[in-house]
Amino acid sequence: MPTDRGTPVLRARGLVKRFPGVRALAGVDLDLHPGRVHALVGENGAGKSTLIKVLTGVHGRDGGELELDGRPAGFATPAEAQRAGLATIYQEVDLLPLLSVARNLFLGREPRWFGLIDFPRMHREAAEALGEYGVHVDVRRPLGDLSMGARQMVALARAVSARARVVIMDEPTSSLEPREVHTLFEVIGRLRGRGIAVVYVSHRLDELYEVCDDVTVLRDGHAVHSGPLAGLERLRLIALMLGRDMSEVAREGATTFAGAHDVAGGAPALTAEALTARHRLRGVSLDIRPGEVVGLGGLLGSGRTETARAVAGDLALEEGRVAVAGLPVRGRGTAAAIRAGISLLPEDRKHEGIVPGLSVRENIALAAMPRLSRFGLVSERRVDRVVSTFMERLRIKATGPSQKVEELSGGNQQKVLLARWLALNPAVLLLDEPTRGIDVGAKAEVQRLVDELAEDGLGVLLISSDLEELVEGADRVVVLKDGAVVGELSGASVTEDALVDAIARGEASPVVRDRSDGGAGAAPEEEVER
Amino acid sequence: MSAASVMARVDRDRARSWLQDYGVYVGVAAIVLFNVVFTPGFVSLENFRVQAVQAAPIVVVALGMALVIATGGIDLSVGAVMALSAAFVSLYLGYGPLVSVLVALLVGAVAGAVNGTIVAVAGVQAIIVTLAMMIAGRGLALVLVPQLEGIRNPALREFGSGSVAGVPYVVWVAALMVALVLFLVRRTLFGRRLVAVGGNRRAAELSGLPVRRTLLLVYTLCGALAAVAGVMTTARLQASDPNSVGLLIELSAITAVVVGGTPLSGGRVRVAGTVAGAILMQLLVATLIKHNLPPSWTQMAQTAVIIAAVYVARERGRS
Repeated sequence: MPTDRGTPVLRARGLVKRFPGVRALAGVDLDLHPGRVHALVGENGAGKSTLIKVLTGVHGRDGGELELDGRPAGFATPAEAQRAGLATIYQEVDLLPLLSVARNLFLGREPRWFGLIDFPRMHREAAEALGEYGVHVDVRRPLGDLSMGARQMVALARAVSARARVVIMDEPTSSLEPREVHTLFEVIGRLRGRGIAVVYVSHRLDELYEVCDDVTVLRDGHAVHSGPLAGLERLRLIALMLGRDMSEVAREGATTFAGAHDVAGGAPALTAEALTARHRLRGVSLDIRPGEVVGLGGLLGSGRTETARAVAGDLALEEGRVAVAGLPVRGRGTAAAIRAGISLLPEDRKHEGIVPGLSVRENIALAAMPRLSRFGLVSERRVDRVVSTFMERLRIKATGPSQKVEELSGGNQQKVLLARWLALNPAVLLLDEPTRGIDVGAKAEVQRLVDELAEDGLGVLLISSDLEELVEGADRVVVLKDGAVVGELSGASVTEDALVDAIARGEASPVVRDRSDGGAGAAPEEEVER
Repeated sequence: MSAASVMARVDRDRARSWLQDYGVYVGVAAIVLFNVVFTPGFVSLENFRVQAVQAAPIVVVALGMALVIATGGIDLSVGAVMALSAAFVSLYLGYGPLVSVLVALLVGAVAGAVNGTIVAVAGVQAIIVTLAMMIAGRGLALVLVPQLEGIRNPALREFGSGSVAGVPYVVWVAALMVALVLFLVRRTLFGRRLVAVGGNRRAAELSGLPVRRTLLLVYTLCGALAAVAGVMTTARLQASDPNSVGLLIELSAITAVVVGGTPLSGGRVRVAGTVAGAILMQLLVATLIKHNLPPSWTQMAQTAVIIAAVYVARERGRS
């Protein structure tokens, strides 16, 4: 709980924000103190962005109070918040790349000379202002010529020079080089020195510990923890973000996974070696045996989705090999991977999965169509057979095969997509967040199906942000961080605590992955399969 | 929202959807009825034949356009490709009518393939690529054949104005093209792919569909069909006139496709609706001319129809 540090510059009490069908903020408290950097953390959908938008007047609030300097406040528009001294720097720099650096800096408040812009003065002041942020460039050049880091500084200088009291930074380092991050931290230090309250949103825990004083953890629209960051263990912070009580033993029966699978010996269903893609994957290797469900753990941006996409031929690799049942995938691209027996259920059902205008039937048959055709002619009979088989097996609820897929519920759409991939009779199934955004019933069915498929001898890769799902569904969990494998849990050691621990400590002690011999080289948090 | 107003919205959506799918047939019926009552000499075998002959090139061009639009693209160069093919017919007539026609069709396919390559491989927006081809294609046609050139060839004249079994050759050819495109759309892998690419390109890619090859083929086919229309027009006029052949036909073709129920956003193709749309365009022009309105009026009428059609399709595409 916030300790007594005098009057907060900005105080929020019980903020509520509803969107149709969801309560994005369910009574959030937040105290921002002058001269302190306040971290705002939480997984995707926890309510961070909504909170910032409510604070800065982008969204109106549905409940709660806001005080600025102890006086009731509330901003109807972002401009109003800005005038009151709240400056926000968004993830995507919202400046005009074709205008000069100086014009961007002074946009809307240019120094005037008889109604005209006083260019010499503007350029001089711009150069001075940017110098303070470690940016020494010709301010007459278009902003677009600058590096992302420098642009971020311009955005920052623009926001802060407007006599800001509170500066809100939403993932400011997501597109910065390490050196630029360093400069940013210096600037933050200076802001702190000037008594400005800074809100810092980031997924990178290292940064938080380096630069922040206080932290508020959001989860499902609640502020689940608030207090000084120093003294808060990293492990505990992650547990708070993910909503796992450290002491609590993994509950059973919350998912419908049956437990361990009989993993067949012999050649792995999938072998991926040293997958490397610039900025995304740094030598990820993993294998999946037939009948095994391998989970991919890690925080957002750790390279889980990228790994699946790389295996499925959807991410251009600089290096790396993928083999199915010992046979290397020949050729590049998704078609080659599909031919080799790899199916990927993508994360984004709407944008990467369903083809909205088409029927359930056409959506199911989409990927398998070449196999249901001869000489380029589609065999309707064979399509019908496959479609009815899978609609029955997955219990897809539709008025019939000809119903438009967009009219189905999220869960049934997901089943249609699963049917699309199962119709290919794959050897390896990659599932990227298979139960996200679907109702409880459908979720249970999908989980049961994953179990069945593994029993049938498929190799399954399971990506899920839901730790429970990962722990109960997977026989083994490979943990990623910053695009590299940092740990692995298997057998009885696959527990939520161990997983949270592995995710948290991943960076501290890179684990030598070694499953076959007695565990030499394994890090302490990793128990080795018996 | 109350139950009643939800129901009202559902009803409105349904009405809109019905209008998008079948409105074109209502339109054709209405305009035929109007002419039967108000246009002297409309109901005659000779007039039907004239209307059919004049509608034939629009139908053929609109078929190619429908395929392109189904992939989420557009082809503004169809009129220019018609002019190009007309130019090549007259250039190669010395080698005999068959050779000249084949060359013209090949040139159309090549122009379409150039469009398709730039769209599919380089990823430039179709509207820009085909706009460039529209300017360059007609420019090239004018360089090759600077002014109207009469074509005296008995075989071509027969093709342009003769009939078999009482039906003009050009109408037979148009019918054949309709059958071909129907077959492609209904029965082949290619037909399934093109709507999938238009409906969700990313999903198509992830499903291993050859997206680029499909796009390339669609634009090539559209170019070839435009060339067929160019040959038809040349044969009927017995002249190659790069200045006027296919001028503004892209407007008629796009209107026909959209009125026929194929959404501009792609993901769906309606062949029969497109044919009806093309016939509607022809009847609209004929009606206004028969009632002594200047040709510029017909263009304005066409634009009104296309706006109305896109308006009807609007809400469904958004939801």
